[in-house]
Amino acid sequence: MAEFITFFFGAAIILAGAIGVVVARNAVHSALFLIQTLLGVAVIFVVQEAHFLAAVQIVVYAGAIVIVFLFVIMLLGVDKAEDLGVEPIAGQKPLAVVLGASLLATAITFVLVATDGATGVGSGDPERQLDSGITDIERIGRVLFTEYAVAFQLTAALLTIGVIGAVVLTRSQSSADQLDDLAPASVDLPSLAPEGANDEHHVDTVEEDAS
Amino acid sequence: MILAELALTSPYYLVLSALLFATGATGLLIRRNPLVMFMCVELMLNGVNISFVAFGADLNDVGGQISVFFVLVVAAVEVVVGLALVVAINRRRSDATADDVSLLRG
Repeated sequence: MAEFITFFFGAAIILAGAIGVVVARNAVHSALFLIQTLLGVAVIFVVQEAHFLAAVQIVVYAGAIVIVFLFVIMLLGVDKAEDLGVEPIAGQKPLAVVLGASLLATAITFVLVATDGATGVGSGDPERQLDSGITDIERIGRVLFTEYAVAFQLTAALLTIGVIGAVVLTRSQSSADQLDDLAPASVDLPSLAPEGANDEHHVDTVEEDAS
Repeated sequence: MILAELALTSPYYLVLSALLFATGATGLLIRRNPLVMFMCVELMLNGVNISFVAFGADLNDVGGQISVFFVLVVAAVEVVVGLALVVAINRRRSDATADDVSLLRG
């Protein structure tokens, strides 16, 4: 019963936030509605007794990813309201709503037809079973660092590639500009020649003195 | 009370997951601001995460939760690279929408 009420609270939070993300005119408001949705998903994870994931959801998603969104919004200064009435592609919105609704209808039909739920067989390994008595973190840790160790290493590589890609993409100078900066020609050195030595007239006066 | 007799089974979670996914997909198609489009992709990923955990709980297996963990990492990388692209495009054109990216040529 309590589980049920928590589920419907979480679902209401999630869906209200999701609709807010889509319809908010201001990008900052969309980001804040996104935080609401992510916290609702964390509530749903708690209902399903995935406590570690609920914590990770809040720390990584709401605490890091949305902050990156807000940083970019701040950096670009695009926090002004967007006119949602502008429609450069005729009929884009009705078509999008129809497509989204049909996607939803298809998914829900599949769920309701498949009344027997997940038909696969869970692993017989007691270490992987959710009711084996050890804590959530210990279970995920044991499986992640044994069975999924290679995949875990690959995510490390993926993160590194992502960071390098972000640095390369947002670098402000092209490599040609950097070479220009290194060239000594751009440095304005004071001349060591006597005053007026490089003037055109100076050469003339020297020749006149010789004659 | 009727609610007390109902067990909270996986179809509830799957319908919620479908709702969240469809909302994200619709937003992705409607919105033209690339930042909001990325947020809608996050909504879709979260919808999938809910069903991963529901299936994992159904099968009494930790694999669903492990999948969510990997989705989370991929989502983080996707956001970092995607927002770097948005910043790079905005340097050239200050009020770029997703439609303007079609002007790019290799």
